[in-house]
Amino acid sequence: MNIWLVMLFGGLITFLMRFSLIYLLAAGRFEVPQTMRKALHYVPPAVLSAIVFPELFMYGGTMNLSLDNARLLAGLVAILVAWLSRNTLITILAGMVALFLLQLFL
Amino acid sequence: MSEQYKHFWAGVRSEIPLLIGVFPFGMIYGALALGAGLSTAAAQMMSSIVFAGSAQFITTQLVHEAAPGFVIVLTIAIVNLRHMLYSASLAPFTASLPMRWKILLSYLLTDEAYAPTILHYEKEGVTPHAHWFWLGAGAALWLTWQVSTALGIFLGAAIPETWSLEFTLPLTFIAMLVPVLRNRPAIAAALSAGVVALVAFSLPYKLGLILAALVGILVGTVLEERKSQGETR
Repeated sequence: MNIWLVMLFGGLITFLMRFSLIYLLAAGRFEVPQTMRKALHYVPPAVLSAIVFPELFMYGGTMNLSLDNARLLAGLVAILVAWLSRNTLITILAGMVALFLLQLFL
Repeated sequence: MSEQYKHFWAGVRSEIPLLIGVFPFGMIYGALALGAGLSTAAAQMMSSIVFAGSAQFITTQLVHEAAPGFVIVLTIAIVNLRHMLYSASLAPFTASLPMRWKILLSYLLTDEAYAPTILHYEKEGVTPHAHWFWLGAGAALWLTWQVSTALGIFLGAAIPETWSLEFTLPLTFIAMLVPVLRNRPAIAAALSAGVVALVAFSLPYKLGLILAALVGILVGTVLEERKSQGETR
């Protein structure tokens, strides 16, 4: 995989999506369908948890649901702190401290 | 001061409160990108070529997991789909602008530039220099993003590997995920996507991620449709 090529295509697609309707709507050629507006609300929860779940449950490639899975427990701490604080930095700090302590004691 | 500059600086000022949150975010990105194995040049350039926070974090994660290029590009596309909404929302105000302005402002159309710009247009309507406000907000964000990325790369290189710094990436995603779980369809979207991601983990090319995202989006949308139908009945 060439990271520069990935960035170039990723950047181009991102630009084209930002430009798309500014270009098309101004020319009066397109309207955003209602269903798509609704679907877009669910992109963040779906994509983010599709990344987070394997990171917590399957670190190293195998499912680990036991109490010695430090990442899972630290992740749960982070979820609680994120819910209470709504703050990215505090969440990261809490999760890292939890992971550090759990790795020390487990 | 000319009208253009007045609007430009008003745009910059409107962006300042958002920059306080963006700056540490850019630093975290810079540090993580190095940790995930990107070169200094690639980590820095991604902030201007892709110029989209969450997509850059996810790209970093996928590069770290050695996902194939087409999966990364497809994921960037899904994650950035929301920019089409911003594009649609601002399009009516840009109808009279020359093409070079449309291109420049589109490049600068991030979440953080969209928010103050749409508020400005809704309050003031289309004035002859309103696009300078958008330029000011977008440029302030762009510059902050580049500088904070550079600082993150600089500091990230100094952090030892034994600190499990790569775990800050899923933690960052958790911090982004929890606030969007505002209602049942959103929670259902997250849970179904998470479960599918686990079940489909062994699919080749990280396709499990794409599948999981699509299932989650579908579940959320269908549940919302049902809910609104139930209410109208």
